[in-house]
Amino acid sequence: MTWFKRQAGELDTSGERKVRTEGLWVKCDTCRQIIWKKDLEENLNVCPKCDRHFRIDARTRLAQLLDDNEYEVSDSNLTSTDPLKFVDLKAYSARLKQAQADTGLKDAVINARGRLNGRTVVVSSMEYAFIGGSMGAVVGEAITRAIEQATETRVPIVIVSASGGARMMEGVISLMQLAKISAALACLDEARVPFISILTDPTTGGVTASFAMLGDLNIAEPGALIGFAGPRVIEQTIRQKLPQGFQRSEFLLEHGMLDAVVHRRQLKSYISRALEFMDQSSVVGRQTSA
Amino acid sequence: MAGTELLLSMVEARLARNGDGSNMESRDKTHQELEKIEKQVARMQQAAAPDENTQREIRLLNDRLQALRKDMSSSHYKAWEKTELARHPQRPYLLDYIERIFTDWSEIHGDRGFADDPAIIGGMARFHGEEVMIVGHQKARDTKQKVYRNFGMPNPEGYRKAMRVMKIAEKFGRPLFSFVDTPGAYPGLGAEERGQAEAIAHNLREMARLQIPIVTTITGEGGSGGALAIAIADRVLMMENSIYSVISPEGCASIMWRDPTKKALAAQAMRITAEDLKELGCIDGIVPEPEGGAHVDHEAAAALLDSSLQKHLAELKKGTIKEMVGTRYTKFRNMAQFFTGED
Repeated sequence: MTWFKRQAGELDTSGERKVRTEGLWVKCDTCRQIIWKKDLEENLNVCPKCDRHFRIDARTRLAQLLDDNEYEVSDSNLTSTDPLKFVDLKAYSARLKQAQADTGLKDAVINARGRLNGRTVVVSSMEYAFIGGSMGAVVGEAITRAIEQATETRVPIVIVSASGGARMMEGVISLMQLAKISAALACLDEARVPFISILTDPTTGGVTASFAMLGDLNIAEPGALIGFAGPRVIEQTIRQKLPQGFQRSEFLLEHGMLDAVVHRRQLKSYISRALEFMDQSSVVGRQTSA
Repeated sequence: MAGTELLLSMVEARLARNGDGSNMESRDKTHQELEKIEKQVARMQQAAAPDENTQREIRLLNDRLQALRKDMSSSHYKAWEKTELARHPQRPYLLDYIERIFTDWSEIHGDRGFADDPAIIGGMARFHGEEVMIVGHQKARDTKQKVYRNFGMPNPEGYRKAMRVMKIAEKFGRPLFSFVDTPGAYPGLGAEERGQAEAIAHNLREMARLQIPIVTTITGEGGSGGALAIAIADRVLMMENSIYSVISPEGCASIMWRDPTKKALAAQAMRITAEDLKELGCIDGIVPEPEGGAHVDHEAAAALLDSSLQKHLAELKKGTIKEMVGTRYTKFRNMAQFFTGED
């Protein structure tokens, strides 16, 4: 027996009086500050209070790096054929469709050609939201094509990594992409065409163990998780807690694995400066072959 | 004779019930029993009077034995069983092969930067009289040695040593044989600090343009990037019961199924056997193993590997180095292309 009884009828929660605040505010996981989303976006998705670099999608990245947000996209129709017909708890083909619908991309990378402070560059920008930015046959092929385009046209290439590594659902096929991309990078290297690798949060596994670490310069954004094995795997292997800041950009810089850790605001000018240095047209005493 | 027949019938019955043996111990047991029966039959053959009846019965027994052997042979083994075979503790390791296939082995140590990594060995040797360089993972059998070899899981200095060894081979124009048998590159704290990823990446790029013939054999486990880092070759071969994958079946199961016991399912789904890889165009050839697997007969396994290596090296030496490196590049460039849709 209850003392009070609710009048007939459910509470009406569908009314228009509900104020929608969802999506307008973002909480920074580092400093716990609540930030207005618009402020965050105006600040290049970097927390205005603590400089935490939020993850950004591939298109936003291209907009930040290339002049006037103008660029030519290529290799954008490549789609995986699901070579293993892989099914775990969900079919890989279904995961692909879902990711394609969510991101509007066919796979986890965008190849773009545009200008960076007036200088023509090829940029491959990875999309973490697409199955963790994982690298299968399509990502491998697209990045290889970008490298080849750079080699053939003698235009510098910038690859922005954001990936959990090889795509398990393509098994050994995805492993072989490491070999393919690295071989293409050997040709690029021989042609003396600049390659700047930008490592963003997160860059792990097969992507780190191939092209992300092979730039003439390897540059990371502050606080990005960068490593070969994931932190959980390492913890399980060595059975101890990992130190604070382990596998973060600053840790890698300290251990000599990176050339620089650069704030998102300075990233474009840093790349631009490096490309000036690497520009072969101004090299004295050596003929550059066309 | 009656006893032998009874034993044979028992083995037959068990095989019919369990397929080709659901786990490794039962398969090994069956192998031992078959050997025992074979010996008994051979003894009978010697002792038996040459009368028609006995001879016929012995022939019958032999036929049944043959059929059983065939059933047991590894073409029936599924992906997980191959995984178990690839990891079999009695499987020959690199030093076992070196001892049997090469002469004048002389080891080279250290990466000149940090340490010598015993999980990868490298050195000079002669292959049928010819000077060659060898590099590969080394596993071990007893606990102390296993720890010393870090279970065949190299640290960055292992890969850097491997590259140094390869560069020596290139400088002096000697062919390179590499052998892969690793669960993967070591996922440890020190390995990360010293740049495991960079060490592997560097090897991938440099091997692609190494100006010498390279023949790689996956002899046991081909564990992801840790395997690939010494496996960019003109010829990549896999032993019949070896595996090659992007992650271990256990790892895949715990990530994709969130349940490590689904390892057999994961092994099957990832397509990690030599036949699978040949079909997918990721390797150039399969090296046969003695019946039952390489662990049954080290000598025979080494002999089979030897003749494969000879054949492939001879083929590679027909063209010029420049052509060969070009072909190597094209091979990896066009490998694993599973996509549709052009601009």
